Amino acid sequence: MKGPLDQGFQSSLLVSNCVTFDTPDEATVRTGKVEIGQGILTALRQMAAEELRLSPGRIRLLSGQTDATPNEGYTAGSLSVVSSGGAIRLACAQARTMMIERFASRVGCLPSAVTVEEGLLCSPSGLVSSYWNEYRGEDFRVAIRDVSLTPSKDFKWIGQSLPRADLLSKLSGGAFIHDLNFPDMIHAHAIRGHASDEIDHHELRKLQSKYVAEASFLSVGKFLAVYSGSEATTRRISEVARQILFPDSARAQYAVDPAEYPSRPSLTTVLEAPGNTSPRNSARQIRASYSRPYLSHGSIGPSCALAHFDGKTLRVWTHSQGVFPLRAALATVLGIEEPNVVVHHVHGAGCYGHNGADDVACDAAVVAFHTPRRHVRVQWTRRDELRTAPYGPASLVQIEAGIDKDGRPTSWHVEIWSPTHIQRPGSRGAPGLLGGEEVNFEANKMPPGDVPLERGGGATRNGFALYRLPAQKLTHHLIEDAGVRTSALRGLGAHANVFAIESFIDELAIAASVDPLDYRLSLLDDERAKAVLLKVAEMASWSSRPQSADGSGLGIAFSRYKNIAAYAAVIAKVDIDEHVSVRNVWCCVDAGLIVNPNGVLSQIEGGIVQATSWTIKESIPTNTSELPRRWEEYPILQFSEVPEVMVEIISSPEEGPLGVGEVAVGPTSAAIGNAVAAALGQRIRKLPFVRDQLEKLLLEADDDE
Amino acid sequence: MPFDIFITINGNLVCVSVDEEETLLDTLRNRLNLRATRFGCGEEACGACTVLVDGIAHYACTYRTIDLQGCTVRTADSLDPNGPLITAFVHEQAGQCGYCLTGILMSASGLLMKNGRPERSQIIETLERHLCRCGSHGRIVRAIERAASASGPGA
Repeated sequence: MKGPLDQGFQSSLLVSNCVTFDTPDEATVRTGKVEIGQGILTALRQMAAEELRLSPGRIRLLSGQTDATPNEGYTAGSLSVVSSGGAIRLACAQARTMMIERFASRVGCLPSAVTVEEGLLCSPSGLVSSYWNEYRGEDFRVAIRDVSLTPSKDFKWIGQSLPRADLLSKLSGGAFIHDLNFPDMIHAHAIRGHASDEIDHHELRKLQSKYVAEASFLSVGKFLAVYSGSEATTRRISEVARQILFPDSARAQYAVDPAEYPSRPSLTTVLEAPGNTSPRNSARQIRASYSRPYLSHGSIGPSCALAHFDGKTLRVWTHSQGVFPLRAALATVLGIEEPNVVVHHVHGAGCYGHNGADDVACDAAVVAFHTPRRHVRVQWTRRDELRTAPYGPASLVQIEAGIDKDGRPTSWHVEIWSPTHIQRPGSRGAPGLLGGEEVNFEANKMPPGDVPLERGGGATRNGFALYRLPAQKLTHHLIEDAGVRTSALRGLGAHANVFAIESFIDELAIAASVDPLDYRLSLLDDERAKAVLLKVAEMASWSSRPQSADGSGLGIAFSRYKNIAAYAAVIAKVDIDEHVSVRNVWCCVDAGLIVNPNGVLSQIEGGIVQATSWTIKESIPTNTSELPRRWEEYPILQFSEVPEVMVEIISSPEEGPLGVGEVAVGPTSAAIGNAVAAALGQRIRKLPFVRDQLEKLLLEADDDE
Repeated sequence: MPFDIFITINGNLVCVSVDEEETLLDTLRNRLNLRATRFGCGEEACGACTVLVDGIAHYACTYRTIDLQGCTVRTADSLDPNGPLITAFVHEQAGQCGYCLTGILMSASGLLMKNGRPERSQIIETLERHLCRCGSHGRIVRAIERAASASGPGA
């Protein structure tokens, strides 16, 4: 088993960064990772409880505070349970060992003879002490070592479906950042046009004098905000001011259609993976192109942040995925020392990637910096979420393969065109904050780039297939300007790439007249991969499915996330009339060690439903200035459209945990695509599968006849 | 020019001075500090702000407070954490981020007041005015079914 020390947590962490016993009868455990709706705090609490031999209720968990928790970067990439969980388990195991050793040497017994329960230490002769007693003389400022962890057969808390500690509070008021309330609070809102729009200062002065009794305006460079003591007043004036200063009709911003990417400027890299088949002659070449559109994060709660500047220290409350990178970015934008910026994470609405959280925090910080000693709250609108927050990038993926007379690949080339999947604060040095770019464009402009494959890849994530193939060539064209801002959305490039590769594999299977399940199994050596496929086939009664293309069909797909993390196989059943209806989704996942089974199920179910929504409903329109402003212009899945979802987990407790937040999105879209192909006898290669696409397909079919 | 409006909110008669255009959502959150009713879109599309007005589910984000003179409003702040509805949501772990849930609880509460044993299709129909982005739909529907069977007919 690969230990957590190999898996990327900060090797400089000390035990004291992660765990202390400085309050009576409880352990204080610290994580730099944050709750974004995925239940991570519950899972981390269980991991700490296991190694400390304490009930989870006696663990005080601090999360995402730059002045109190370790810097663990971003909560992203399905890595929290691996890296932070790994660090916490080791630190807690080491803390327990240190307490036992100290007690044993004081009372003169063997450490192995000491029993520990709920923080109480007991020697064979009946002498008793506790963590809190022993802790007084101990120094936890020591590096985390690779100590031995509790073996899986002895688990008491890991593997239990503990309820989410935060859920009850979210069924009432006060749980979210949106609910923070300070007596002196002012409400601000940034007024924005297109990045190239200039502020008309003559019009601005007119607005200032018109609203002088109600609100104030702040302009710094191209950053413009209005603030007042009333949320409603701020929103009303902000809306009026935007329409005057940046009328929609003047906006020329539009998203470039992925079909046009090959003719756009790009930075090209070619990657290769060695083959694991013997060379054979090609009988023919097959090529197909697939695409996905730009996607909005679509969190139900628009982004929100608060900030306060006392003349020296800037305090920021945020639902960002990375409080430390945000701190560094804000310090750069405002030109203040990083230690004078304190960033605290507070729960926000669901987060599926780099949304507006960092930008709204910057808005609040800029206004607070210029209005010292007041708490500034900024609440984005639905329009801001749909237009101003970064989008998940569109992608075009073309696959070309040679196949032999049996239909097996003899050559393999995947070519990806995509704008960047990463513009998070600090990802390439620059702050990457919208407000920062407005305050000072040149200093804040983010240079082009994407996530390198060794860190999971951005557009290249899952660009290589896990199958037994000849040498795989992967060409990545990083589109330099997509017209809109793009950044990380759940799964990054894995979504488009798995959709493309798993659709293509299906096409190869059909061309070879082999069952798509058998075709995949014949190209897989990895037993865990085969196991999830076989299990999902059993769940969905795959082998007895109806075969005719009569408007109803089943499709199967598989991937191993990042080719190194969790395995997921998905089968979808669709019915097609004027629309694609996804009726059922079955999924089997092997995510190694499972800390909280119900939490894992919930994450996978959520990933399946969200990907279903992406697949059959969602897209940001291209080549038009009419970017969506409201939900009706960007519809997502409704309750009546949600499929029946069944998930089973293959437990591998001896393996390391693998993270599950993003594992299902690619296979779900691909399985739906393959089900549509089975139902129609024809394939749609362009997401989303909306009515227009179906009509186009039927028209093309008519033309062919 | 503020208007004095008398409303019974969660069982208490209150008098609030509100502006003409003020929404119920704003009154609840910013005047009365009742924070269980959430802002999601401001245009009746997501349901995060749902409250019961005289027992019927309404969007609070567009409802003008001055139109509520003499009405009875219930928000999720008033729900019993040990009552059948919240117990069922916790039992099913029906929610990930939880932002949509208080609005959904109020729609569910309105439904169960009218019909203690709703069909699954009636639950789904009631929830069509709500959006959930985390994909907890299946669990949410199950939680409402569970609450209905726990509270019995007419509860």
